Amino acid sequence: MTIKVKVLERPIEDVSYVRATVQGLALTFKHMVDPHKVTVQYPDERWDISPRWRGTHRMLTTEDGKAKCVACGLCPTVCPANCIKLVPGEDEDGNRYPLVFEIDEFRCIFCGYCQEVCPEEAIHVGRHYENAEYTRDAFVYDLERLTAQTHPVCEMWDPADRKGE
Amino acid sequence: MTLPALFLQVANSQLDPSTGVFIIGTIVKIVAIFSIYMLTVAYTTFAERRVSAWIQDRHGPNRVGPQGLLQVIADGVKNFMKEETYPGFSNRVLFVLAPGLAFLPAMLTWAVIPFASPLPTPWGRIDLVVADLPVGFLFTLAISSVGVYGIVLAGWSSNNKYALLGGLRSSAQMVSYEIAMGMSTVCVLLLSGNVTLNTVIQQQSHMGWNALLLSVACFIFLIAAFAETNRVPFDLPEAESELVAGYHTEYSAMKYSMFPIAEYANMITASAMMATLFFGGWDIPFTQWDNTGDFTVLKSILTFGSFATKVVFFIFFYIWIRWTLPRFRYDQLMSLGWKVLLPIALIYVVVIATAVVTLDKAGVVRGPLFGGVLFAINVVLMGAILLVLDRGRIISPAYSRLDRARVQRLRDVSSGRRTLNHVADKGA
Repeated sequence: MTIKVKVLERPIEDVSYVRATVQGLALTFKHMVDPHKVTVQYPDERWDISPRWRGTHRMLTTEDGKAKCVACGLCPTVCPANCIKLVPGEDEDGNRYPLVFEIDEFRCIFCGYCQEVCPEEAIHVGRHYENAEYTRDAFVYDLERLTAQTHPVCEMWDPADRKGE
Repeated sequence: MTLPALFLQVANSQLDPSTGVFIIGTIVKIVAIFSIYMLTVAYTTFAERRVSAWIQDRHGPNRVGPQGLLQVIADGVKNFMKEETYPGFSNRVLFVLAPGLAFLPAMLTWAVIPFASPLPTPWGRIDLVVADLPVGFLFTLAISSVGVYGIVLAGWSSNNKYALLGGLRSSAQMVSYEIAMGMSTVCVLLLSGNVTLNTVIQQQSHMGWNALLLSVACFIFLIAAFAETNRVPFDLPEAESELVAGYHTEYSAMKYSMFPIAEYANMITASAMMATLFFGGWDIPFTQWDNTGDFTVLKSILTFGSFATKVVFFIFFYIWIRWTLPRFRYDQLMSLGWKVLLPIALIYVVVIATAVVTLDKAGVVRGPLFGGVLFAINVVLMGAILLVLDRGRIISPAYSRLDRARVQRLRDVSSGRRTLNHVADKGA
């Protein structure tokens, strides 16, 4: 068994530092005068994010401004990260509504199951990614915050329309 | 106009040092040079970042001010605001002294570089050079040698092994390349017959630029200047992949900032020396208009523009090279300096000296014909260097340190013609 040693097979007559340098200078100069810039100038320009982008949540509301949520408890059940806290309540007409609805965006893994499982199409993951906050507490979004958000929501993958057209 | 007459004209153009005009003129020149110089240093750091970004298809700093032009001010403010730290057991005096020592020599060299043709004023003609020293060029050589102290002292006083290694490398490198650099400039002095930089410029405007007459010396000087300024591909003193940051590992805030400032200051000075010694200084190419007749204000402005263009080009060239070439290995660095550049420079001095003496004896006037003959000699020598010497020898590939028979054996092994045992036996 022989050990394969890789030795550069290049005759010494072909090794030229000056020539290689000039070639390198030509290449860098070409890039300088004819740049192929791919940088997005972030605050001025933004990428168009996918319609299926799953970002921070949004709770949709009915026409009278109340959350659509009926506190069925499906989303806390399906949530794999266990980040949704739901305390259901019932009004005098027997309609269920959430007393407390909090999503810990730090725990959330943005799988989108909550949106998929919701029978009322109330909770949605959003097409949004600028979430910076100054405190950790601010990442626990309560019902008020969730209903107040206005960013577009994720369009879930539809098996009938595989390419999203 | 004969050349000696011109020399006299320049040499006599200085004002009487005892007059008030001389003192005021000199102070104005110092202030002007210092401000332009510091501004250029600041904007060279900015240019480095922008040009490197363009070369790498990025944008670079373009947020502070239009096109990022105020970035240098933001950087300066940041560096002043930062905390100064001192490493334990460092030599405090030398630690503080080193950044200044690194920066000052680059600054001092500018005192003797002429940056435009003499300016006529109502009070007499003012040479546009801070101090037209009779020893002009020797002064620059002497001062540039002091530059190494800043780096070595910084490395030594930091009490840090990486900083020390960086300082050691730097001293070895700068001492090695200084010799090749000095040797390459001997030829320039042979042609000009004087060490004042104004004479060197006058000689070039009559015979043609030294870049053509002394291409090999120009080539060596260029390489040595890169090594002297510790720029890529000779940036071993701060090789960040090996030495963290080399000699300035332990520095912070404005004291750290002095080292990049020193580096860029050195770069600009080396560019100016390059322009002066080999590219005609403030001479405007393709015309004799700026060298003959009376000096006028317009000529001063235009020649300053010519000089500035050359310097800016070389600054750009430094940056361009930096973002093109990788760093040398230490053995490559040393063998390039001692085994390639120094012998070439020595042989070249002999060749040029012989040529100059022969041409003078043959009665050839120092003018275009003289320059043409030297140019022809240089074409031949450059051809020899590029076509014969530059074949795996200028910068050796890793395997060239082994002898050829061993390389051949290794190749045989790799292609399965031999076994390793066989090689080991032969090798032993």
